[in-house]
Amino acid sequence: MSSLSEIPLAHILFVSTALFFIGMYGLFTRKNLVTLLMAIELMLNSVNINFIAFNKYLYPGKLDGVFFSLFIITIAAAEAAVAIAIIINLYRSHQSIDVDDATEMKY
Amino acid sequence: MLMDFFILLKQELVIVAIIFLLLFINLGKDRSNESLLPLINVVLLLNVLLGFFGSKEGSLFGEMFHTGKLIILEKNILNLATWIISLLSFSWLRTHKHVIEFYILLLTALLGMFFMISSGNLLVLYLGLEMSTIPIAAAANFDLAKRKSSEAAMKMIISSAFSSALVLLGISWIYGVSGSLDFSVILLQGPDSPFRIFAFILLVSGFAFKMSAVPFHLWTADVYEGAPVSVTAYLSVVSKASVVFVILAFLYNAGKAFADTWYHILIVLSILSIIIGNLFALRQNNFKRFLAFSSIAQVGFIFIGIAGSSQVSSAAVVYFVLVYVFSNLAAFGVVALVSAVSGKENISDYKAFYTTNPLLSWVLTIAMFSLAGVPPTAGFFGKFFLLMAGAAKGNYWLIGIAALNMVVSFYYYLRVVKTIFMEENSQPIEKLAIPGASRLALYICLAGMLIAGLASCVYDYIYSISFGL
Repeated sequence: MSSLSEIPLAHILFVSTALFFIGMYGLFTRKNLVTLLMAIELMLNSVNINFIAFNKYLYPGKLDGVFFSLFIITIAAAEAAVAIAIIINLYRSHQSIDVDDATEMKY
Repeated sequence: MLMDFFILLKQELVIVAIIFLLLFINLGKDRSNESLLPLINVVLLLNVLLGFFGSKEGSLFGEMFHTGKLIILEKNILNLATWIISLLSFSWLRTHKHVIEFYILLLTALLGMFFMISSGNLLVLYLGLEMSTIPIAAAANFDLAKRKSSEAAMKMIISSAFSSALVLLGISWIYGVSGSLDFSVILLQGPDSPFRIFAFILLVSGFAFKMSAVPFHLWTADVYEGAPVSVTAYLSVVSKASVVFVILAFLYNAGKAFADTWYHILIVLSILSIIIGNLFALRQNNFKRFLAFSSIAQVGFIFIGIAGSSQVSSAAVVYFVLVYVFSNLAAFGVVALVSAVSGKENISDYKAFYTTNPLLSWVLTIAMFSLAGVPPTAGFFGKFFLLMAGAAKGNYWLIGIAALNMVVSFYYYLRVVKTIFMEENSQPIEKLAIPGASRLALYICLAGMLIAGLASCVYDYIYSISFGL
């Protein structure tokens, strides 16, 4: 506990922001749909870090942030379930999970 | 206390009850679609009617959920639109294997929208937002065998997940600077630091994503084209209307201190949406894609209304959404019927449509007039009130740009009318048998488009219960 509080809040925020934009970079550059899901997961987890850090450092009296991160984890799981079902169906019709192969509709 | 709970949560509880009813029907013996569809439509009609009784203002769960007259009216509009869509999808669902799953997805999304509209806390807002998008992404994939349908669902789930990550980052920073998630606490703190302004911008851009405002519109046309017509109608009417209501309530309540910030955001978004929506609508041949870009342009007009930030503008926005529900659903109704029977979805297929289907042609024509804003229809009054509300702020150049763009929009709306009535075609779409349910829905839309404009009591009622900044 004491060793954690020696790390300043700004450092943790730096990590979470970097994580968010690494995820965003992955989302924009990768072509494989499962990798895209992983990139989104990275973004959501960086938000979780934000919430927990804010809760612990700034507002330790109430647990709003911790609960919010619990909800984010749950919803991310639901979202991933639906997304993977959609990807499986895409694989059945296109024989591929590469975004470049699913570009029938344009402009 | 317990009575309060039931009365305030009435509309949500009814939806939950319907979802459970559908689940139990699903468990029992197999029923034919012919017996199932009328039953579901009647239940949804009861849901619409129940919404008008026993309403009460108040809040629950420590201000997390609150309701009032305007919110109840907004939920009734969404209920009505869902019922009309259900009627319109009759001919498509009649031969479909998974009718009940379709309704469960739509109603779950509707429930999420209700919580989103009623939210008084960022947690509930976020939960509602997710609950209203994930089921629709699944529903976009409902034509399992079609290639375009799965492509549309993929594009939708990835882009909506990205936008909700942006919203979440914004919420986490708002929590970091204000220490609370309640609207009533956030409301008190103004834009005193760039950090807070950036968090606010992230939140608004997440909403703009769901409303498909330019520059967050890129997923819209593809998803609209690939998804089944009923789901497209649901996306473009119910889903969009719910986010409009939420953004209205959020900006006017929780975002009060940020009025300057969002005023400028809205103006930029509205100019971009109107111009780019119009320009791309000009070159479309697929009817659903055309309606997608036309709805992007309509969102731009809604933003002008919201930017007015007075009681008039909130009334004008709700009124416009009501009219938009009728006109857009009438257009989608005709497209759904044609696509279910003949599979044709291009505007050029509608050449000489009038010679074989006079009734549908007239409905489509009036819908186009109403979307464009030609005087006897309600669409004219909707747009007129929106521009009036925006003009109250004194930025006449913005109103000028919007008015000029209305002229551009006449071109592509009337091009459809010209295709129906004036062009020759050796093989027009054959005469369609219209099921009774769809006929009823089209008449309701027609009545809505014609009466809501002329009966001033509709607008007066909305005005009397709305609120300004």
